[in-house]
Amino acid sequence: MKKALTLFVFLIMTSLCHANTVPYDYPFVNPYEATVVGTPSLYQEPLPEKVPTRERSLTVFEDRKIPDVFWYHDKLRYALTRQSKMSPLIFVIAGTGSDHNSLKMKLLEKAFFNAGFHVISLPSPTFPNFIVTASTTGVPGDLREDSEDLYRVMELIWEKEKARLDVSEFYLTGYSLGGAQSAFIARIDEDRRLFNFSKVLMINPPVSLYNSMQILDRMLVDNIPGGLDNFSEFYDNTMAKFASVYEMNSDVSFDDDFLFAVYKRYPPREQGVKALIGFAFQLSSANMLFTSDVMSNSGFVVPKNRVLGPYESLTDYFKVSARAGFSKYFEYLFLPYFQSKDTGYTREKAIRGSSIQSIEGYLRRTEKIAMVTNEDDVILAPGEAEYLKEIFGSRAMFYPNGGHCGNMAHKDNVEFMIDFFSK
Amino acid sequence: MRQLNWSPIQISSLVLVAIILVLTGCSTVPPRSDNEIPAKLTLEQLAPSDTKHQIDAYDPWEGFNRRVYKFNAKFDQYVFLPIVNGYTFITPAFVRTGVSNFYDNLEEIKNFVNSLLQLKGKKAAVTVGRFAVNSTFGVLGFIEAADSLGLKRQDEDFGQTLGHYGVGPGRYLVLPIFGPSTARDASGLVVDAVVYNLWISALVDEMNMDSSDEDRFKLVLAILDAIDERYKAAFRYYGTGSPFEYELVRMLYLDARRFKVNN
Repeated sequence: MKKALTLFVFLIMTSLCHANTVPYDYPFVNPYEATVVGTPSLYQEPLPEKVPTRERSLTVFEDRKIPDVFWYHDKLRYALTRQSKMSPLIFVIAGTGSDHNSLKMKLLEKAFFNAGFHVISLPSPTFPNFIVTASTTGVPGDLREDSEDLYRVMELIWEKEKARLDVSEFYLTGYSLGGAQSAFIARIDEDRRLFNFSKVLMINPPVSLYNSMQILDRMLVDNIPGGLDNFSEFYDNTMAKFASVYEMNSDVSFDDDFLFAVYKRYPPREQGVKALIGFAFQLSSANMLFTSDVMSNSGFVVPKNRVLGPYESLTDYFKVSARAGFSKYFEYLFLPYFQSKDTGYTREKAIRGSSIQSIEGYLRRTEKIAMVTNEDDVILAPGEAEYLKEIFGSRAMFYPNGGHCGNMAHKDNVEFMIDFFSK
Repeated sequence: MRQLNWSPIQISSLVLVAIILVLTGCSTVPPRSDNEIPAKLTLEQLAPSDTKHQIDAYDPWEGFNRRVYKFNAKFDQYVFLPIVNGYTFITPAFVRTGVSNFYDNLEEIKNFVNSLLQLKGKKAAVTVGRFAVNSTFGVLGFIEAADSLGLKRQDEDFGQTLGHYGVGPGRYLVLPIFGPSTARDASGLVVDAVVYNLWISALVDEMNMDSSDEDRFKLVLAILDAIDERYKAAFRYYGTGSPFEYELVRMLYLDARRFKVNN
């Protein structure tokens, strides 16, 4: 009898294991909270604190005249984290408005270096340093054009670094906008065959850049009581909370754990969290659209033909840029710019060009690309998660929660990424 | 935001640099061309004229400040950061932490004096407690021992003291090497530096060195202090990549100081 019972228990245990029901324990079920707070260290994959990352720079266009106001963007900056022996090389592309050394890029550098890869980290084509030094047009937002720019940069970096890198094969990944660009770069490489990427991973990509930007544009405006004109009040309150948590902890750095501390001390209302996401996005759009305006002399927020000096006040341009948002960038700068180059360029064409739907056939066909995201990613418009499932089929991995990139540092997510490339 | 401590000689040489920068400074706005076309999007279209903009600041010296900001970036790039990188390379992490703790402990004098001046008895008492614990159990301050006893660092300086008694920040001012400040905070810096140097002199006197050794010792102490301060600050000029970095740093500095004055 006792034996039978033991057997019974054993059977139940094994059947449980086979069902693989270890639950996903990422803690935030609210996608907006997840997006802002990220992954507290308790849930993170343990990774080395430091990896040997070196910042490097490169002149992309020899004949480019850097405007005085951007004197400090003399070269394109990227990072190399090198293995000492023969290893796969992975290119990593940052998300909207981010540099090669954003917190999420640092995470990916550590994870991939730890897994035994050389890592080359690239800024987003929407990041000012890239717009000034490496964008052909100075007007980011078209996935194909931006990916062509990235491909050129990758080619030049490879030319420059290959002597000191012993590479077995090439991988490619990116998060958020960088995820969508990864797919386009993979597509470009199918023709040019310089890297012959064996695997490509899209992390939390948008389906339509246009849709995602619309969602993010509304996030600040719709969630500040009384609208943007009351921004100061919202800002003061938020700053006060951050400052008080900062004061309480003598040894803090601005990371997920700090945000988690703020979160615990001041449990936020959803509206406030949304406004914070909107605020961060607003800042990076302001950077992007002002830089793009100067580089393309579009006369959008800076008068056309005006030459800004290196010490000139930009405060008034900031006020306009911070309020313009992506929608106005699209209407007043992006669309007119491409229409002036190609009379057949329509609004519809522009919106399609900003979507991965424009390479849908390739995405369905190719076996090398996988996609990982969350059911509740806040940058996806209604129906877009289903679209991703349909296109990628078994190559799509969906986590139940995590918002937009909030769970990237979670141990399951990091293991998934590493497994995808390593196996 | 933490500040460096400097001797009066160093401060006067900085003032000299500042004056030179002012004199070499010329018009900030380059000549406008005749074929300018007004921008498509203007502030009038987006916000009512009486809107309060968080980014606004009292910054009549902006042209000068922006030049110093650039000077600081270059100084960082060619002098400060290479030294800090060398320092990081030759010392193990625990030594650097020890050095930071050591200076934090020496600087408690600033927190103590200013807590007293603001009649904040509890802060003054906590600071004395911290100094006592860290100087003894913390081996001359190299180990931060007071934190774990619940004695948290009370950051007070003379700029905050002035603010406490109702002195406004005044003009925004970017100081050579130190970085963001205001008319008020820069004066506070001078007062704090004087107090700190008196304190250091008193401590060094106790060590009974001859006067040339004493000067050399103080110099080494000051140089290592500057390196430690830069080592601790994660900030990198133009590291945000934002074309509005000057404005954003100004806004954050002024806000951070406002919060500090109020507590």
